[in-house]
Amino acid sequence: MKKSKRKLYMIELLGLLLALLWLSPFYLMIVNAFKTKREIFSGVLGLPKELTTDNFVKAFNDLDFFKSLFNSVLITVVGVGVIIIFSSMAGYALARNKSKLSGIILLVFVAAMLIPFQSVMIPLVSLFGKADMLNRPGLILMYLGFGSSLSIFLYHGAMTGISNSMDEAAIIDGANKFQVFWKIIFPLLKPISVTVGILNVIWIWNDFLLPSLILADSSATIPLKMYLFFGQYTKQWHLALAGLTIAVIPVIIGYFFAQKQIIEGVSEGAVK
Amino acid sequence: MRNRDLSFWLFIMPVLVSLCLVIIVPFIYGFIYSFTNWNGLVATEFIGFKNYITLFKDEEFRASIWFTTKFAVTSVILLNFLGLGLAMLVTRKMKSSNFMRTVFFMPNLIGGLILGFIWQFIFISVFGSLGDLLGIEALTGWLSTTATGFWGLVILTSWQMAGYIMIIYIAYLENIPKDLIEAAKIDGASSFQRFRNITFPLVAPAFTVSMFLTLSGSFKIYDQNLSLTNGGPYNSTQMAAMNIVKTAFTENKMAYAQSQAVIFFLIIAFVAVTQVYYNKKREVDL
Repeated sequence: MKKSKRKLYMIELLGLLLALLWLSPFYLMIVNAFKTKREIFSGVLGLPKELTTDNFVKAFNDLDFFKSLFNSVLITVVGVGVIIIFSSMAGYALARNKSKLSGIILLVFVAAMLIPFQSVMIPLVSLFGKADMLNRPGLILMYLGFGSSLSIFLYHGAMTGISNSMDEAAIIDGANKFQVFWKIIFPLLKPISVTVGILNVIWIWNDFLLPSLILADSSATIPLKMYLFFGQYTKQWHLALAGLTIAVIPVIIGYFFAQKQIIEGVSEGAVK
Repeated sequence: MRNRDLSFWLFIMPVLVSLCLVIIVPFIYGFIYSFTNWNGLVATEFIGFKNYITLFKDEEFRASIWFTTKFAVTSVILLNFLGLGLAMLVTRKMKSSNFMRTVFFMPNLIGGLILGFIWQFIFISVFGSLGDLLGIEALTGWLSTTATGFWGLVILTSWQMAGYIMIIYIAYLENIPKDLIEAAKIDGASSFQRFRNITFPLVAPAFTVSMFLTLSGSFKIYDQNLSLTNGGPYNSTQMAAMNIVKTAFTENKMAYAQSQAVIFFLIIAFVAVTQVYYNKKREVDL
């Protein structure tokens, strides 16, 4: 027994070393963001001799951080909200309608997941451009189009656990279909809504290519600003790393508060 | 709800309309445009398969497809090894296993664009100065050659995605009945035998799930490619997705880029359908 316990400690030690290795890119990013250009040149591994915050002030201003943060939050919240509302409604309707047509519609949504973004990107931008929709509302509509397939699939799966007698009882009490859904079914779908929400937040928050084709500079999200910022300071690592650190912070804060839900949500979304 | 109920259609209308406008209509238009001289605004004539003939002679496009395939196969193998290894590590009863899960999964939450920039610094500056310090020449000049660009992309993707694949394997590992392992232990099975005969067959379905996710995911990679190597040196690390974006929005050859996009779709669909086919076949075999 003692021997196997010692072995477990050894494994734990190795695991912790691996975890440190995993974190090392973040360590290197942060320590070097506090250095001057010359200090980075003379050594990248050690801690900074003195904490220079100049890099952060410059990066913060150039990234127009509060504005890009606001833009990112706005797009993500509205996009995910719209996806949750409309996908849950569709998942419910498709699950309660047992006809062949309903099955075919679900299949079309699932099949649409096969189409990679790059295959529709060019005509999409052209069509939305003609309709004068290369703006935030247009982007939200696109997120609904790209995000609804997986979300409907997850909601549809979750509906199998909710009995039809719920609906019937409410209808007898005089509720209409919308009331049945919003007052009874939607609250029961909360766990899957959390999963759908998390998966879509991760995707939309980090999305780069689509918004880069759609959004004007004034509504640029964090990744778009970061791309411009990095291009401006190529090889000026002290500034680039300060910008990257600032861009990563909101995600780390979010992860810190919701790590359990995030890991569970991702697990659920992948395995189903 | 029945087909003739108005409520059924009201419930599905928003997603149906968005799917049509965002995916189905552009997909059909794109297919048609790829046979024309479309410039992004108007198409004046049908030119048949001309775009596709050009495409098959296009060295740069062929190179990007080949590079993408090599990259996808390498990362899928590496990711599944890493993912399963990490999952087996963190499912042991240890004080710090939750902490490890959190750490290994973390890179997954940050966008590929930002991670690519961070790793650009690591490969160029950190590797460079380590190489000078230790006198290892292999560590200097990363991302300036095709080979180091390739491995740079593989390392970045593996580091980013391994935690995600780990989560999938954990879900399957935790479903293995504990008494099965205990019984084998009592019967004197070594830890390798337990892995070979119990764990491995029971997590086999996870391979299919994660193979599908990693394979199609690695084929479609763009952000990491853009931020880490930007296709360089001399477009030798340019992947298919980046090639399409560049042809369309930098070179402004819209119809030609769309024909690349159609081929790209066919490749992805082929990969996915093959996977589903083998998946079904295996389920029947069981």
